[in-house]
Amino acid sequence: MAVIAEPAAAQVKRSSLWSRAFESRNFLGAMFMVPAIAILILFLAYPLVLGLWLGMTDTKIGGVGRFIGFGNFVSLAKDSVFWLSVFNTIFYTVAASIVKFAIGLYLALLLNERLPFKSMIRAIVLLPFVVPTVLSAIAFWWIYDSQFSIISWVLIKAGLITRYIDFLGDPWNARWSVVVANIWRGVPFVAITLLAGLQTISPSLYEAANLDGATNLQRFRHITLPMLSPIIAVVMTFSVLMTFTDFQLIYTITRGGPINATHLMATLSFQRAITGGNLGEGAAISNAMIPFLVAAILLSFFGLQRSRWQQGGRD
Amino acid sequence: MSTADDQSVGMDYLERFPRKFLRVYLPLGLIVVFLLFPFYWMTVATFKPDAEMYDYEKYNPFWIVHPTFEHITKLFFETDYPLWMWNTVIVSVSSTFISLFASVCAAYAIERLRYKGSRYVGLAIFLGYLVPPSILFIPLAAIVFQLGLFDGNLALILTYPTFLIPFCTWLLMGYFRTIPYELEECALIDGATRLQILVKITLPLSLPGVISAGIFAFTLSWNEFIYALTFISSSENKTIPVGAITELVNGDVYHWGALMAAALTGSVPVVILYSFFVEYYVSAMTGAVKE
Repeated sequence: MAVIAEPAAAQVKRSSLWSRAFESRNFLGAMFMVPAIAILILFLAYPLVLGLWLGMTDTKIGGVGRFIGFGNFVSLAKDSVFWLSVFNTIFYTVAASIVKFAIGLYLALLLNERLPFKSMIRAIVLLPFVVPTVLSAIAFWWIYDSQFSIISWVLIKAGLITRYIDFLGDPWNARWSVVVANIWRGVPFVAITLLAGLQTISPSLYEAANLDGATNLQRFRHITLPMLSPIIAVVMTFSVLMTFTDFQLIYTITRGGPINATHLMATLSFQRAITGGNLGEGAAISNAMIPFLVAAILLSFFGLQRSRWQQGGRD
Repeated sequence: MSTADDQSVGMDYLERFPRKFLRVYLPLGLIVVFLLFPFYWMTVATFKPDAEMYDYEKYNPFWIVHPTFEHITKLFFETDYPLWMWNTVIVSVSSTFISLFASVCAAYAIERLRYKGSRYVGLAIFLGYLVPPSILFIPLAAIVFQLGLFDGNLALILTYPTFLIPFCTWLLMGYFRTIPYELEECALIDGATRLQILVKITLPLSLPGVISAGIFAFTLSWNEFIYALTFISSSENKTIPVGAITELVNGDVYHWGALMAAALTGSVPVVILYSFFVEYYVSAMTGAVKE
């Protein structure tokens, strides 16, 4: 009898150990996190660190690099193309973000009005954000064509200009052209997210303001804007982040030309690292973007904090 | 007149039409035309014969006189386009499902198991969402090469989750938070395991969130460009965006008709999917910002 009972007791003991492990939050939590954490460590955290390392080596494609400290940054500091790309990136980000915010907020206010077919209009407005950027950029490429640009054709027919505009051949024309394409793509995101913010503002605030005799402008200035500001902070941080690290539009429409006039830091790093084969130098250019991104993330963090505080949530 | 000047919200319907036209409909119409024009232009160019495409004097550029399928047939039968389409579908579907699986588990653990340090992990995942592909693609290319994944679908299927998982997890955490904890307590008392609770209670209740995350993740992977451009080199392994921009341009010869057909037919699947799930898509997009 006793001989038979022993293994059964051992089994009970083992299963209770297992079940205790599965009741432990920490053990279970770790198990649940495995798939996500494995992918994120291998393909996000590790490359982030590897990128910082690569930026300090002279690695070429297919070769092993030597550690050269800040050598890449020293040579980049003397590289006028690099500084041009920094200027272009900042110009591109600032110009596009300001206009995206202005048109986006205006569009959000318009969509917040009483409108027929409102949800359909909203769905249509979001299309530029949904469609693959590269594919819509191909359409812009054709719109900006030097011989068959529809914009030039319309302006000539209207008698406003006499010659076709060289949209992508002249540095400043090219810069503004890609900025317009970026605005086109970014406005829907800003507008629809701000609209979601507008819809959370209680109508009773406006009613109270009306009773006090506030004008349209006053209601906008003293109710809409302050109530919206936390979401504006987050949306614009995202928008700035996306614009600053943009790659697709430039690569499709201009490839950085004419004579590097539209190269952003992202496209320049691609050109140096992948096309040119200098992985180390390309990584150094990518790493030079990080301080800007950290600034944007801190901005977003404080924006989030303020929004929670305003909504009365904990921390 | 006095009613028209009254700006009260509840009396908007009293506003006269001409005024509202100038104040709302006209600017809205102009912005919508600006936003839709590139699509119209893409469509027109797709179905236009070359003779009309390059002759603005004889034909009105805004209209098609003799519509043709010549560009689309050329694209489908004379290029690798069907392969690109196939690759894009495989990569998008696989990476979306991998990301959803990993994110559901992670979000549940962070939000409901609340293990030690879960809040910091949640914050770290949010920060991962803010790391742009533009600074990761160079080291990732080196890793993909080392792992022997270069120039294959698997390279994209495994790297796309790096931007999908943070987003989906963050979104799903918000949805899981809205499910009453009491439901889970009941199930725990009845002897359900955590896995059973997740599959039978939490997931069905947060199905809208899972669909939102899935739709958004799918469109994001369909649209991805920089990883696909860097990690894929042979034409038959490319995705639509990369194939269109690299294979349809022969030196200085741009096949505008085929390019436009590729742009249009590559966009249509996403737009159809989007049109069925607009509300889910919007809630995914705004949810990530509002959290």
